[in-house]
This record gives sequence, structure tokens and C-alpha cells, in this order.
Amino acid sequence: MASAVESLPISGNHPASEVRTCDTTSLPVCLTAQKFIRMHAVAAVVFLLIGGIAAILIGLTRWPAVHLLPAEWYYRLLTLHGLNMLIFWILNFEIAVLYFAGTVLLNTRLASRWAAWGCLGLMTVGAVMVDVAIAQGKSDVLMTSYVPLRASPWFYLGIILVAVGTLVGVINYFATIYIAKRDKTYEGSVPLVVFGATAAAIIAVVTLLHGAVVMIPTWLWSMGVLSQIDPAWYRITWWGLGHMSQQVNVCAMVSVWYLLGTLTTGASPLNQGVCRGAFVLYILFINLASAHHLLVDPGVGAGWKIWNTSYAMYLAVLASMIHGFTVPASVEVAMRKKGFNRGLFGWLAAAPWSNPGFSGFFLSLVIFGFGGGITGVVLGTQQINIMAHNTMRIPGHFHVTVVGGTTLAFMALTYYVVPLVFQRDFYAKALCRIQPYVFAGGITVMALGMSFAGSYGVPRRHWDVEFTGGQFAAGFDPGAHVMLGVMGVGALVAFVGLLLFILLVVAAVFTGPAIAGQAMQAWHEEPQAPADAATMAEEEHNTPGTVVLVLVFLTTFAVYYFANWKWLSDVWEVR
Amino acid sequence: MSIHNPPAGWLKPPMGAERLWVGLALAWCIIMSIAMPYWHFYGKQNPTGESYKVTVADFAVRTQKFIAANKVGEETVPLHIGDQVLEEKVPIVEIPPGGDGYLLASMWKFRPILKMKMGQTYRLHISSMDLQHGFSLQPLNMNFQVLPGYDHVLTITPTSTGVFAIVCNEFCGIGHHGMTGRVIVE
Ligand code: HEM
Ligand SMILES: [Cu+2]
Ligand SMILES: [Cu+2]
Repeated sequence: MASAVESLPISGNHPASEVRTCDTTSLPVCLTAQKFIRMHAVAAVVFLLIGGIAAILIGLTRWPAVHLLPAEWYYRLLTLHGLNMLIFWILNFEIAVLYFAGTVLLNTRLASRWAAWGCLGLMTVGAVMVDVAIAQGKSDVLMTSYVPLRASPWFYLGIILVAVGTLVGVINYFATIYIAKRDKTYEGSVPLVVFGATAAAIIAVVTLLHGAVVMIPTWLWSMGVLSQIDPAWYRITWWGLGHMSQQVNVCAMVSVWYLLGTLTTGASPLNQGVCRGAFVLYILFINLASAHHLLVDPGVGAGWKIWNTSYAMYLAVLASMIHGFTVPASVEVAMRKKGFNRGLFGWLAAAPWSNPGFSGFFLSLVIFGFGGGITGVVLGTQQINIMAHNTMRIPGHFHVTVVGGTTLAFMALTYYVVPLVFQRDFYAKALCRIQPYVFAGGITVMALGMSFAGSYGVPRRHWDVEFTGGQFAAGFDPGAHVMLGVMGVGALVAFVGLLLFILLVVAAVFTGPAIAGQAMQAWHEEPQAPADAATMAEEEHNTPGTVVLVLVFLTTFAVYYFANWKWLSDVWEVR
Repeated sequence: MSIHNPPAGWLKPPMGAERLWVGLALAWCIIMSIAMPYWHFYGKQNPTGESYKVTVADFAVRTQKFIAANKVGEETVPLHIGDQVLEEKVPIVEIPPGGDGYLLASMWKFRPILKMKMGQTYRLHISSMDLQHGFSLQPLNMNFQVLPGYDHVLTITPTSTGVFAIVCNEFCGIGHHGMTGRVIVE
């Protein structure tokens, strides 16, 4: 493998029958953790499939020329899509990441097998409960279930179970770190990936508590025990769950970037203090950013909105901008040290683009930064939000954060999880190699289509842009229809990429050649550095290519930001 | 390596390009932080979220009074009930310049039709009878949230004339995508 890493001695706290040494990385693998990582990964992929089938159907419905589903089914499958993707797929994968980071990287066993069963059981039962409640047609309330829309009590109970299950898993992770520390299974500070995963876990606890505070009363209300839930209170608290969980996703994704940077190119962060500081910023400040879902709401004042979105949120934005530098910089240094030291971008051209672990990771970085990051900050600007709230600009934004960013990073990691944790080899490696490009391309085109359609005013969560049967004529510029078509084409391509991923993974996991006892076949040949290459000295940290990349990024950011203020100045005056 | 325990002494200040970038990024975040309050003083589009608790019945009564006092006409529009298409008369109401106007959202209607004059300032009260709704003014693309139990006050000054559509952009049940209203600015 690209990064033959120094091996850790097995002096952990594992019972002898409960550990194996990884044949590829020489890391100690707790077999209990491995079992649960496998089960959560399988569950994650099942939910990804359910969400994906719903995705293509709603995508084809929103493409006006196709307009596939009847209205009722569009809203039903939209509810199904949001929950299976954003909650069930992502959370199951994150629990797997936590178990991996907590045990393998700290050379320890998983704290509690029973807690792990509890977590898996609650999450699975809860998710099935939600999906059945939706399929029965009594819970067409969309993922946010804004009161006083009312779903079947099973819907809320299912969500509560998933949240409690996740919380149990997260606590198990903390307990694992605790026993690692107690048993002194590692020396010094925890690895960066563990640090990032811990940041994700801390935010997850706060998130899930918000979830409990909002969902339990709502569940009681749905059964008639409580007579009323205040809609403004619901929105503030729900977004304490909904927004913060996105920060869990960002933390997990960035940790996976660092992990994949190391696994695919041997990259090592230049300054771990900076990377860790950035994770701390996430923990400290993101909690306040739920405000940016309420920027045009009644019930909360302008001062509160501005404070929470600017001074607080921008420190979390700062953190992402820092990672946006340190991650590619670490790859640049690693590649330059190998001899790819030519010009500004020789290192990038020579990077292992045929390795889906690398291409998925790097595309995720670019899509998240240029797409998700920039649009997120702009849409979250208090006044600019007037032109974006509940339009297609919003799904246009988050499909390049949590899909083109987080989901793609998780897919990329899966190309290592299957050989290393399931100990199975992939079939059709050529398809594996192109899958990240197909998915990334489709999602990017789809999100662009959504964003531009939203700029024309097209609402999100809306079945009919022609407003047939409406009492007053309404509709959109032909350009909006073109953009919805672009969205539809992107959705088709992304769906192909998603299906390809699922087929490749399922085939490998259940029937792939077993490779236990041997090292995994590397995804790429170590490229040969040019003969005349001047290798970079060990102590040098020159990253001119990354500097150019981030300056291009900042320029794009500034142009888009100020352009939006300009567009804002053209709408009616409002106080 | 990011998967190994870092060597001791990892906590050190950033250097070189990294330091430059942290500084630049921080500066940019500060600029953006200043932009929002700046616009509050010098820009014209600054929703304050002014709102009051109100009961559904109370808001409906105030809307009826507003319609009775300021009605200037009526428009006949289609009313879809199942497969049947009936007709319904919707009042056109002119808000007195500088005065208060009311817009009531309910599944799946906006009432009444509002009339305003360009350049005049109005206090527009918006609330819902039932579920959460969205007030999305098209093709201007200005969007605000509408909640039952809250009187959301927008102090608004139209700067263009024409016939504008209000579309609901918060999911409000199976009739959501047909929920439209009208604003006329002269
Ligand atoms: C092939 C991949 C995907 C396609 C084609 C797709 C397509 C769509 C479409 C068309 C919508 C509806 C937008 C609207 O009408 O308002 C949507 C909504 C959404 N998608 Fe995806 N999506 C994909 C993957 C994902 C993934 C992986 C996630 C999360 C990890 C995700 C999260 C969401 C969420 C949260 C919503 C909003 C649901 C709501 O409004 O309640 N999507 N997606
Ligand atoms: Cu509505
Ligand atoms: Cu609606």
C-alpha cells in the first residue's frame, strides 16, 4: 500500500482471541469492533439504496418535461429520501467511523459489546419504523415534520429510537477512548483522525439532546397527550438538531479526508496544532448556527440572527477554510517529497487519480469547498437569505455539502473499508475507478441546476412549477425550466454513480474473493518520479500549488458573495 | 501521519504559507461579519423579524376588518374542489399608504388580493390559519416564513410596478403546489 506505515506494537488491552493484526497496515483490529463496523456499514448501504431509489424518482418528478410521480407520491418519497439519506445512511456510516477510530487507531478494544448491540438494534428498529410509517402514507410531513403538520406517532417514535441508538453508540465511543487512556494503550496525544472523530462525537451529543427535546413532546402531541406545540419553538429547537448534525457530518468528513490523504498518498499534516485548533472551533461555535435556517422567520429578532450567523458561524467557516488549506497542502508536500516537485501542479497531476480512495476524497474536497462552502455562507447571510429561503437554492447547496462532500468522502473510504475490514476484494476494478467521477459529476451538475433554478425563484419541496389548479396564475421564466432539466440530467448521472457504488460494494462484500491473511491489493502503482526530479528536502514545507488553489477559491468566494449583495439591492425595500 | 499519535511538541504556531492563509481567512470572515450590520445601516433590505403572538381567530377578524374597510374591487377566480371547478370571488384590497395591510394564508389560499403603490411604505401583517406556509413573492423572489399564531410584520416598500404572484414555498399538504395569491403594484 502507498503508505507502509510504521507498525504499532500490540500491547493494547485486547483479549488474545479478540484481535488481529491488519495484513496491510499492521494496525491492531479489535474483532468486536470489526463486527459492528461491518454491520453498520451494511445497514448504511441499505439505507443509501432506499434513499437513492427515492432520489431518482423525485428527481425525475422535478424535471418538468418528465414530471414522473403523482403529487402524493412525490411528497411521500421526498420524506423517505431526506430521512434515509441524511439520517440513516450518514449516521450508520459515522458510527462505523467512530468504532474504527476509537479502537484501531488507539490500539484498544471496544468498550461494550452490549452497548454496541443496543445502538445497532435501536437504530435499525427506529429506521424501519420510520420507513414503514412513511410507506403507509400517514406521515407525509417531510423530514422536518414542521408542526402542526402531523405524522403517525410511529414516525416520531422511530426518529427518537434512532437518536437514542446513535447516542448509545457515541457514548460507547467515549467509553472506548476512556479505557484506552486508562489502560495506556497509546502514547502521547491521540491521532488527528481520532481527534476529529471526537469533535464529531461531542457535537453529536449536543445535537441528539436537541433532538430529544424537540421530538419527545412532538411525539406526545401526535398521540394527543399534549394539546399544542409552538411552531416557532419547534423550528428553533428542530434546527438545533438539524443544523448541528450537519456539523457532525463536516467533522466526520474532514477526518475522513485526513485519513484518506494518509492512506492514499502518505500525506501527513504540516502542523497538527492548526488542524486540531480548527476542529476545536467547530465544537465551540457551530452550535449557534442553527439561526441561519430561521433568517426570515417571525419570532426571532434581527440582532439574534446576525450575532449567531456572523460572529459565531464565521469562526466555524474559518475552521473549514483552514482545513481547506491543510488537507491539500499535506498531499502536496507528500507528493513533492516523492519527487513530483515540478512546477505549481506537477504534484497534483501525478496524484493517484486512478485510486477511487484518492479521487473520491479529492473531488469531495473540491466540491465541498467550491460548491458547498461558498453557497452555504452566502445563503446564510441574514439579508441575502431573503432571496434563497425555501427555494431550490437550498437543496442546491446541501447536495454539494452532504452529498458531493460527505457522501462522496464516505464512498471513497469504502474502497478501503471493504478490503481492510470486510477482507474482501472488489470485482470490476475499472468500474470502481470511474465511480467517484460519475457520482461527483452528476451531483455537481444536479446542484448547479438546482441552484440556478432557485435563483429564478423555483421553490424546493414543490410538485408543480406550473401551479396548475392554482387560483392565481404563477410560473417561472423559461430559464428556470432549462435549469430544472439540467438538474434532472445531473440526477440521472448521479443515480448511475450511486447504483454503481452499491452494486460494486454489495458484490464485493457478499461474494468477493476473500483476502484474509494477505495484504490488500494496492489501488494504484506508486508512480515513478521523473528521473531528473529534485526531491523536496524533509524539513521543507513549500506548498505553492495549494496557495494558488486557495487564492482562486477566495476570489471565487468574494465574487459570488458581493454579486449576491448586488442582486439583493435590486429587490423591494423591507424592514 | 494523521492516523498515528503525533510526535510531542505538535502544538506550534502556523508558519509560512499556512500562517498567511489563516490570516487571510480570518480577515475574510471579519469582513463578512461586518457586512451584515453594515447593510442594516446602509442597505434597504433588512427584515427585522418583527412579530407578535396572535390567536388564529383574532388575526382572521383583523383581516376581515381590513378587507371591509379598504376593499376596492373583486376578482372571480377558479375554485377546484375534487374534479369540480367552481368560482370564487376574491376581494381586491388597497392598503392605505403608510398604513397596515393583512394577508391571511390558509390551506391552500392567500387572502385577499393586495394592492399597493410604488414608493409607498406599508406594514404588511402575515399569518396563517392552520399550518406553516411560505410567502414567496414572484418573480421578485423575496421569501418569508409564515407561522400560525405569529403576526409577522414586514415593513415593505415596493420599488417596481406590476402584477406579482405569491406562491407558497413551505410544504403544507397535498394542495401546497397550487397555493397562490396576488399582489398588484401601481
Ligand atoms: C443520486 C443521488 C441523489 C439525487 C439524485 C438526489 C436528488 C434530490 C432531489 C431531486 C431532491 C428534492 C428537492 C426538492 O424537490 O425540494 C432531494 C432532496 C434532498 N436530498 Fe437528495 N439526492 C441524492 C442524494 C442525496 C444524499 C446522498 C443525501 C444525504 C446524504 C441527500 C439529502 C437530501 C435531503 C436532506 C433533501 C431534502 C428533503 C426535504 O426537502 O425534505 N440526497 N434530493
Ligand atoms: Cu401553504
Ligand atoms: Cu405550501
